[in-house]
Amino acid sequence: MLRIEGLTAEVDGKPILKGIDLEVPTGEVHAIMGPNGSGKSTLSYVLAGREGYEVTGGSATLNGVDLLALEPEERAAAGVFLAFQYPVELPGVGNANFLRTALNAIRRGKGEAELDAMQFLKLARARLKELQMSEDMLKRGVNVGFSGGEKKRNEVLQMALLRPSLAILDETDSGLDIDALKIVADGVNALRAPDFAALVITHYQRLLDYIVPDKVHVLMQGRIVQTGGPELAKQLEASGYASVQAAA
Amino acid sequence: MPAVAETLDTVQSVTEGTYKWGFETEIEMDFAPKGLNESTVRFISAQKKEPEWLLEWRLKAFATWQKMQEPRWPAVKYPPIDYQDAYYYAAPKKKDGPKSLDEVDPELLKTYAKLGIPLKEQAILAGVEGAGDSPSEGGRMPIAVDAVFDSVSVATSYKERLAKDGIIFCAISEAVHEHPELVKQYLGTVVPPGDNFYAALNSAVFTDGSFVYIPKGVRCPMELSTYFRINAKSTGQFERTLIIADEGAVVSYLEGCTAPMRDENQLHAAVVELVALDDSQIKYSTVQNWYPGDAEGRGGIYNFVTKRAQCRGKRSKVSWTQVETGSAITWKYPSCVLLGDDSVGEFYSVAITNNHQQADTGTKMIHVGKRTTSTIVSKGISAGKGQNTYRGLVRVAPTASGARNFTQCDSLLIGDQCGAHTVPYIENRNMSAKVEHEATTSRIAEDQLFYCRQRGLSEEDAVGLIVNGFCREVLKELPMEFAVEAQKLLQISLEGSVG
Ligand SMILES: Nc1ncnc2c1ncn2[C@@H]1O[C@H](COP(=O)(O)OP(=O)(O)OP(=O)(O)O)[C@@H](O)[C@H]1O
Ligand SMILES: [Mg+2]
Repeated sequence: MLRIEGLTAEVDGKPILKGIDLEVPTGEVHAIMGPNGSGKSTLSYVLAGREGYEVTGGSATLNGVDLLALEPEERAAAGVFLAFQYPVELPGVGNANFLRTALNAIRRGKGEAELDAMQFLKLARARLKELQMSEDMLKRGVNVGFSGGEKKRNEVLQMALLRPSLAILDETDSGLDIDALKIVADGVNALRAPDFAALVITHYQRLLDYIVPDKVHVLMQGRIVQTGGPELAKQLEASGYASVQAAA
Repeated sequence: MPAVAETLDTVQSVTEGTYKWGFETEIEMDFAPKGLNESTVRFISAQKKEPEWLLEWRLKAFATWQKMQEPRWPAVKYPPIDYQDAYYYAAPKKKDGPKSLDEVDPELLKTYAKLGIPLKEQAILAGVEGAGDSPSEGGRMPIAVDAVFDSVSVATSYKERLAKDGIIFCAISEAVHEHPELVKQYLGTVVPPGDNFYAALNSAVFTDGSFVYIPKGVRCPMELSTYFRINAKSTGQFERTLIIADEGAVVSYLEGCTAPMRDENQLHAAVVELVALDDSQIKYSTVQNWYPGDAEGRGGIYNFVTKRAQCRGKRSKVSWTQVETGSAITWKYPSCVLLGDDSVGEFYSVAITNNHQQADTGTKMIHVGKRTTSTIVSKGISAGKGQNTYRGLVRVAPTASGARNFTQCDSLLIGDQCGAHTVPYIENRNMSAKVEHEATTSRIAEDQLFYCRQRGLSEEDAVGLIVNGFCREVLKELPMEFAVEAQKLLQISLEGSVG
C-alpha cells in the first residue's frame, strides 16, 4: 500500500505540491489526471527521490517503509519504479548492460541472487517477446536514437524486468501509436497482482480503456481535487477540467 | 554479449576503493649504488654483461642527457626531481636474467599471482590453437607474458610455443645476447637517444623490457604482454621495449603496470619503439595503473614515457590504445610516424585524473607517405582536483598527398574542482590533405544520474556506467580480456569522486 499524507514539496523555493493525500492499496491501479503544470511529474519525482524536489511536509510510505528517508536507489530496491515522462539517454551504455546492472542491483537490494549473462538474456528475451520488441533494443545505447515510442516501450521493458511493487507511469502513453498503446497496457496488466500497485499518470482516457483503473484522481494546482471511478476519466474527456474546477 | 555481461559482473564485484595493488614483496635485492653518474651506467651494463657497443651507446646517451633540460612545457606541476637521490638498478637476488618458469623465485610467482598475472603456461588446447588467427575472439586464448620486476625481466612464458612460428619474445637484455643483429639494427632508430630528456635518461640507464620480433607473414597466435612491477623503494624504472613487425606480420601486444603505495614519488621513464614494415600491423594496448598517490596527493609514480611507432612499410598499420588510470603525473604521447604510402596510424586513449593526479597526454601523427591516414580518439575524464590535458600534433609533410586525419577529443568533468584542457597543434603543408578536429566538454548530467539511481544503481555505480559509456569507443579497441580489467579500473579510479 502506498500511503501519502499531507505531502508538500517545492522546487527552487516555489511550492508545487500543496498537500497531497492519496492511498493506493496493493493490488490496485490508480490513475492521476490533471492539467499541464499541475504537479503530476513533480509528485512522481518526489516519490522517487529526485534531487531538487524538496519535501517540506507530510509523509509517503510504501508498505510501511518511509520512502522519504531513503536514497533514490534504496527506494528502487524497496520496489518503487518510475517510468519517466522523458526517458534519459545514456550514450555508449549498452541497453543490455544497463538492464542487467539495474536488475542485479535491485535483486541484490532484495537479497536475491544475481543473474549471470545467460540467465539474464533468457529473461530479457522472454519479456521482449511479450512486449513485441525487437532484440536489437538490447544492443543499442540506452535510449540513444530511440524514437519517442521506443523510449516509452523501453521503460515498460525495464518495468517488466524489474517487477516493482509500485510502478509510477508518467505519461507512458504519450507518443504511442494504437498498437504500442495496447502492448504497453498489456505490460502493465500482466504485472497486476495482489502485491503490485500502480499509479498511472495520463492525459487520455484512451489508455484507461486498456488499463482499467480502480480509481481516478484529479490533480490540480498541487492538490488532489477529485477522486472517482473509471467513469470520472470519461467525464473529464467529455467536459475538460473546467467542470472539476467548478465542482472543487 | 556474454562478454559484456561478464564485464559488468566484474565491475559490480568491485566494492572497495583502495589501490589494491599497493602491497610490497619482501625479497632480497641487488642494488646499484644510489645516484647517477657514468659509473652507474657502467654498473648496469656490466650487470647485464653487455657487449661493448651497447655500453658505448649508453655512455653517449648519458653525455647527451647531461646537457639536456627537463621539459617545462607540459601542463603539470611537481617539485624538482633530484636525480641523484634514486637507485637506477634493483634486481631480485640470485640468478639474474630470465630463466625457465620452474626456476623463478616462488616469492615472485606469488606476487604475480596476487596481481592476477598468469605466468604459468596453460596447456594449449587442441582446437584452440587453430583459432589463433584472432586472439581476442572466441574462447580464452592464452596470453604470453614477460614479467619485469623492478629492473629485470623475471620470466617470459610461451617462448617455445612462439619460437615454433619464428617469433622472438623475450627480455630485451636477453635479445642483446641472443639476437644482437636485430637489436643493433633497430634500437634507437625510432626514438633516438637524444630525442628528449627522458628518452636520453632511459637510453643511458634502461634496465630491461621486452623485445618482440614477428617474422615475415606471421600472425602472432596469441596476445603478447609485458607486466611491469615497481617494487623496490626509491627506485626508478627505466624499461625499454622494442617491437618489430616484419612484412605482413600481425601482432597484438599489451602492457600493464602497478607499484606499491608509498609516500615518495617514484620515477618511471620508459621508451617504447615500434617498427612496422610493409603490410604489417601492430596493435599496442596499455592499461596504465601505476600507483596514483593518495587522496591528498602524497606519493605516486611520475610516468614520463616516450612511445613512438614508425610505419616504415607501405600499407603498414599501428594502433595505440591506452587506458591511463594511474600515476601521479603522466607525460606521454604515443606517436606514429607514417612513412610508408597508405600507412595507417591510430590512437585511442582514455585518461582519468582523480584526486591530485595530473595528466598531459595525447599523440603525434606525422604524415610523410602518400595517402596516409590517422585517427585520434581521446577521452579525458577529470574528477576531484585532477587536471587533464590533451596535447596532440598532426603534421602533414609536403610529400603526404591525400593524407587524412580525424581527431575527436572529448572531456568529461566530474565535480567543479577539476580541469580539462585541449591543446591541438595542426601543421598542414599539403593542400590535398584533409585534417578534421572535433572537441567536446561535458559533465555527467543530473538527469542521467537520477535515471540510473531510480533503476537501483548506487551513485558510484551510475558514474562508473556513464563513464564507461563515455569511453566506449576506446574500450572496444582493447583485447577482450583487458577491456574487462580496464572497465573495472575506471570504476575504481573514480571511487570517492562523487557524493
Ligand atoms: N526543475 C524545475 N524548475 C522550476 N520549475 C519547475 C521544475 N520542475 C517543475 N517545475 C514547475 O512545477 C510545476 C509542475 O510541473 P510538473 O512537471 O510536475 O507538471 P505536470 O503536471 O507533470 O505537467 P505536464 O502534464 O505538462 O507533464 C510547473 O509549473 C513547472 O514549471
Ligand atoms: Mg509531467
